[in-house]
Amino acid sequence: MTLLTFTALLFVGALLAGLLGALTGLGGGVVLVPLLTLGFHVDIRYAIGVSLISVIATSSGAAAAYVREGFSSVRIGMFLEVATTMGAIVGAYLATVVHTQALAIIFGVVLLYSSFLSWQQARNPVPELKKGSPWSDKLRLSGDYPGKDGSRCKYEVENIPGGFGMMFVAGALSGLLGIGSGAVKVLAMDRIMKVPFKVSTTTSNFMIGVTAAASAGIYLHRGLISPGLAFPVMLGVLTGSLIGARYLVRAHVGVLRVVFTFVVLALGVEMIINGVTKWF
Amino acid sequence: MAEGHERHFYDREMETIMGRLLQVGVLLASFVMLVGGILYVRAHHAAMPDYQVFKSEPQALRHVDGVVKAVATADPEAVIQLAVLLLIATPVARVVFALIAFGIERDRLYIAVSALVLAVLLFGFLRSQ
Repeated sequence: MTLLTFTALLFVGALLAGLLGALTGLGGGVVLVPLLTLGFHVDIRYAIGVSLISVIATSSGAAAAYVREGFSSVRIGMFLEVATTMGAIVGAYLATVVHTQALAIIFGVVLLYSSFLSWQQARNPVPELKKGSPWSDKLRLSGDYPGKDGSRCKYEVENIPGGFGMMFVAGALSGLLGIGSGAVKVLAMDRIMKVPFKVSTTTSNFMIGVTAAASAGIYLHRGLISPGLAFPVMLGVLTGSLIGARYLVRAHVGVLRVVFTFVVLALGVEMIINGVTKWF
Repeated sequence: MAEGHERHFYDREMETIMGRLLQVGVLLASFVMLVGGILYVRAHHAAMPDYQVFKSEPQALRHVDGVVKAVATADPEAVIQLAVLLLIATPVARVVFALIAFGIERDRLYIAVSALVLAVLLFGFLRSQ
């Protein structure tokens, strides 16, 4: 295979990963790393490095569209970014001490858990919270979002320490595995802090970029970001996610989500088997 | 109540600018990435790199000053790394902007929060050098 074919194949693969990630709302990172390691036999550390870069690009590229919807909360985002960025740095340091095959296995487990989360989220929506923690107002995390009839729906949040702790975990996973860990971020806001779902998903998008940037610098300094991979993969994922976001409204997200859940499940199993057989 | 209303509009405006800032950063990085990529493929089209075994990237391509120096010599890989640096700087610029915006608003709590996030980001970037 020549470099040109390799680069072209990487671009197409990354484009599909970005497209699926955007259409299902799970993000491109979770498919990208298995694609690079299982499909292109790239060392997982290179795959994680290039995935982090792509994650920054997709989350930042989509930001303007998310802002226009008027759901995101800059304060909730900034407050919880304290936890995710600290977690990301811890995760990036952990990545140096963890065995390569162990990384693959952890990645597989996270994939299995993400598919479980996505399946569960589709089934039971969270009841809205009326009265939150007294700290919700003190920390200025309470806010409002545009309702269906044009009025503003107010919300408060609860269990701030719980959400903060979970965000640290989300950041650590992001730094360790090069994923946006949007699913865990939404879990922390939506399930634990009872932030309305739309506010959680749009705010999480803002946080993903900052979180990935916290560990991307460490990966760059360690020489884990390879230019030959970064160029086709980053441009591919970004293009795919922008196309995906454009057709988001028209696609049958329900069906797609089910398909994608199984894809993620299968990739998770494959990553674990691959990691175990290569290790022992 | 009036204060809350005002804050809402201020936050909205702030987020709109942030969204644009991120978009511009990504566009700029993508453009540099594309230029670097085209140069890269033209320079290496015959050789096939091996990514199966990890070997660290050259020292010069792992630091800001090294990348900037190499870009001056039109090294394709350095142009791609410059795009990577621009990309990493994009969310950081958003936090800097938030710090300024909360400063204008005199929101002491969130000045402290954004300063803390910025400090963590800078720690990650500078400490690992």
